[in-house]
Parts: sequence; C-alpha cells; structure tokens
Amino acid sequence: MVAQNIAFGVIAAAMVVAAFRVVTTKNVVRAALYLVVVLAGVGAQFILLASEFVAVVQVLVYIGAIVVLFLFGIMLTRAPIGKTVNLDNDLRRSGLLVSLMLVGGLVYVLWDAFEDTELPEDGTLFRTSEVGDSIFSTYLVPFEIISVLLLAALIGAIVVARRD
Amino acid sequence: MLLNQFLVLSAVLFCTGVYGVIARRNGVLVLMSVELILNAVNINFVAFAYWHGDVSGQVFALFVITVAAAEVGIGLAIVLLIYRNRSSIDLGQMEQLRG
Repeated sequence: MVAQNIAFGVIAAAMVVAAFRVVTTKNVVRAALYLVVVLAGVGAQFILLASEFVAVVQVLVYIGAIVVLFLFGIMLTRAPIGKTVNLDNDLRRSGLLVSLMLVGGLVYVLWDAFEDTELPEDGTLFRTSEVGDSIFSTYLVPFEIISVLLLAALIGAIVVARRD
Repeated sequence: MLLNQFLVLSAVLFCTGVYGVIARRNGVLVLMSVELILNAVNINFVAFAYWHGDVSGQVFALFVITVAAAEVGIGLAIVLLIYRNRSSIDLGQMEQLRG
C-alpha cells in the first residue's frame, strides 16, 4: 500500500509538471514530447488502478498514434523547431483566473463529497476477457456506433485534407 | 490509496487543459490541451470503475480513447486546411465567422 502511494506521488508529480510545460512551453515540438510524459503517466495510473488493458490501449493509441499525428501536424504546418514568441494570446491572465477558480471549486467539491474514502485494498480485478465480454454484450450498440464514428472521421479527414 | 487523490490529480490535469485551450493561439497546441482534458476524464472513469468494482468505467474509458483518436484526426485535418488557406494557424486571426 505504501509502495503504491509512493508510486502514485512520483508519477503524479511528473504528470503535473509535464502538463504545465505542455501549456506553457515556447517550443511546439517540446510540447508534444511533454504530452508523451503526461500520457505515459496516465497509463501508469491505470496500472495502479488495476486496469491493465486500458493502460495498454492508452500506450498503443495515444503514445503510438496520436502523438505521431501531432508531430506530423507540427511538421506539415511548418512550425519553427526552435523557440517561438507568440504561441500565447492575450487571454493568459483570464485563462489563469478561470482555471484556478475551476481547480479550487473542483477540489473543494471533491473533498466535500469523498473526503478520505479509501479505494478497496484488493479490489475486483477484471481480466481483459471480462472487459471484452462487457463490450460485446452490454455495450454492443455503443461499440458499433463508435466504429461508424471512426469510419466517418477517417473519411471526413481524408476529404477535408485532400488537395484539389 | 484514497479515491480523492486520483480525482484531484484529474481535476488538476483538467484545469491545466482548460488554461491551455484559453491561452494558446497555435491550433496544434489547442488540440494538445484538449487531449489533456480527455485524459483527465479517463482517469476519473477508471478510478470509479475500480472503486465500484464495475467494468463499465473501463469500457467507457476505451470509448473515450477511440473518440479522442477520431477527434485528433479531424482536428488536425482542419488545422492543415487552415494552414493551407492562410499560411498561419494563429487562431486569433480566425474571425470570418464574427458577426
């Protein structure tokens, strides 16, 4: 239990620092690489929560595919590799105010609702087969709808980005 | 482990993402901030799935990952189109729709 808490603390600290760097760094490519740290940290938290299938999918889809897409997007929009000065607009101060108020409110509400609710020491472990069973029985219709959504997004992206 | 430590971590990630969406003017960076927000949601789903001992939260986290992949595909296609038409992806200059 102590080891899990230490692991949580280390990973969470790395994630929060990297997330701040994603939204503050002046270098677009570095923002994408800091995003990798955040996404890997989220995957590690999934493993701490005993959801290894979701963690594997997180690594495959996010780090494997989405970050590569981002890097391609950066490359194709010819963003300068070095520092760029005007990545932020003049809403920085109000953005900071909004997000600080939001985090204050959320933390207050969460603490009010759950206080020190412990997660179960040895919670139910779901094997990948049980996740699959659930997808293909209870959530069959949403699964099919998401497949169609993915196909539509694929075709839409090709049509939008096609050059003619 | 407390349930709240995961929820507070996810709240912090969410608010960082909101700050990024508000304060960034580069289209690709705004999409990255949206990814931060979606990941915060996923942490919540999986934490509650573990807390309740119910697999539904994990299934929904998988759905959210899928939708995020579709969203990034479309989003980057739109950003590329903006870049091709205006040779800049500064969102502050996108004002054709202003009434």
